[in-house]
Amino acid sequence: MKKKKFNYKRQEGLVGYIFILPWIFGFLVFTAGPLLFSLVASFTNYNITSQMDFIGTNNYEKLLFNDQLFWTSLYNTLYYVAFSVPLTTIGAIFLSVLLNQDVPGLRFFRTIYYLPAVLSGVGVYLLWMQLLDPGTGFINMFLGWFGIDGPNWLFDPEWTKPSLILMKLWSVGGGMLLYLASLQGVPKSLYEAAEIDGASKWQQFCYITLPMITPVIFFDVVTSLIGGFQIFQEAYVMTNGGGGPVNSLLFYNYYMWNKAFKVFDMGYAMAMSWILFIIIFILTMINLKLAPRWVHYEGESKR
Amino acid sequence: MRESYFNSMANRKKVLKIVNFLLLCVGSLLFLSPLWWMISTSLKTMQEVMSFPPTFFPKDWKWENFAKTWEAAPFDLYTVNTLTITVLVVIGQVFVNSFVAYGFAKIPFRGRNVLFTIVLSTMMIPGFVTLIPQYVLFSKLGWINTYFPLVVPAFFGSAFNIFLLRQFYMTIPNEMIEAARMEGASHFLIWRKIGIPLTKPALATVAIFSFNGAWNDFLGPLLYVNNENIYTLQLGLQVFKGEMNTQWNYLMAGSLLVLLPVIILFFFFQKYFIEGINLQSGGKS
Repeated sequence: MKKKKFNYKRQEGLVGYIFILPWIFGFLVFTAGPLLFSLVASFTNYNITSQMDFIGTNNYEKLLFNDQLFWTSLYNTLYYVAFSVPLTTIGAIFLSVLLNQDVPGLRFFRTIYYLPAVLSGVGVYLLWMQLLDPGTGFINMFLGWFGIDGPNWLFDPEWTKPSLILMKLWSVGGGMLLYLASLQGVPKSLYEAAEIDGASKWQQFCYITLPMITPVIFFDVVTSLIGGFQIFQEAYVMTNGGGGPVNSLLFYNYYMWNKAFKVFDMGYAMAMSWILFIIIFILTMINLKLAPRWVHYEGESKR
Repeated sequence: MRESYFNSMANRKKVLKIVNFLLLCVGSLLFLSPLWWMISTSLKTMQEVMSFPPTFFPKDWKWENFAKTWEAAPFDLYTVNTLTITVLVVIGQVFVNSFVAYGFAKIPFRGRNVLFTIVLSTMMIPGFVTLIPQYVLFSKLGWINTYFPLVVPAFFGSAFNIFLLRQFYMTIPNEMIEAARMEGASHFLIWRKIGIPLTKPALATVAIFSFNGAWNDFLGPLLYVNNENIYTLQLGLQVFKGEMNTQWNYLMAGSLLVLLPVIILFFFFQKYFIEGINLQSGGKS
């Protein structure tokens, strides 16, 4: 009897592995294998066709101590992340709070704010190139209505990165929905009790709303940080394959792309990718370590 | 008199509500204006596009801009190519991830939690770390200038979708699965007869997100496709941009045509887009 049950369980386990087999195969072939290869190749002068000689830590040394463009690209990326992540987070929370006030036409507003977030790709980049065009674009015309003389956006090295951040802000609707879902889960009774105690709307926001949505803020910040570091396509399309004025849009991944697929200095590019991996890993670990200090989990009800 | 009006709690609430509503109205105008601008520019003559100051409404509506744009490049071919890739990717993503997610959610096996942790942690790996060696792999396989690199990986699970669908499977009571097991049904049968029907809304979400992802994918085709006959719409649009320079009316018409299917999909299936977001945040919906 006991033996039969044991067999049943073992068989069950085998079936489980069969179910996840596609993922296991994909993980080994498309993730783990490539990771391993990339780690090894980052210590070589690999160029995909002829050579793969072990050159120790040469790539890493050159990157860190002898490559000005590496630092330029890292600076550009950090600049972009440092502004786009907080701004999109605050923007998304702000919109979701506005929407969560029993306003008429909630569905209508939600649709409008979310729509830009589902649009992406070359069409969107072209649209923003036109919107940001200093002479014929919408944005400087709009600023002109208020007597503001708009900058040259994508043509002025000081304004290229703010241009991309502005474009990013157009798609805060995804984050907004994330927060809205979580706001709708905050019990109404909490606000009613606070109102009886005479708490202002602002106090209610700081002491009820904000703590209740910290788990979502955490999730949002972690994922947009990882995403922000990987900015590539918008810069590639909007600079016509160059790095923008004075390399001001040469982001980390963009530089890596040039090294890997333009000059085929693949060992070098793979070393670069590992440095980025380490940066992202450390930042995520810091986030995870800091989380218990500010992220508020309500009981253990979730999961 | 005025002061006392604002001091009354009820009135203050009313004012706040109106301010809130007005803010939302102004905000939605701001959010819609880029889209309006795209439509408006696409209908202008080149002369009007270049006129200063720019006009908010086109003077005469040049609908033929769309026809001219469509004929200026083989966009019909690009559409067929893009649809081919997109349909295959959606099929792969929906069925394979559903299958894998069922395994992670409903079948107990050794090391399940460890493996699922690995699934989640792969989401943290920056794409370029695996992109370069994957390119090496695909080029050694002779897959450059084919759709294999764009389609095949979709049939081997994606961490995000596995996560999403597993969340959904967790809401199906285990007793239901066990009861079916008692009846002698295999897990494969249960997945097909109970799992898929019950997770339909989540599958729709995965389908829509995958469609969107494949339709808008630029990086993949840019890397793997350099034969014009198999270009996708995103690549075609990028090349079109190079040819058109600053002829914004045609460029906006092209952009609009490429974005249109996604916009239409959004209006029809908004519910599933939103569902996906709720699942991400661990919501119960």
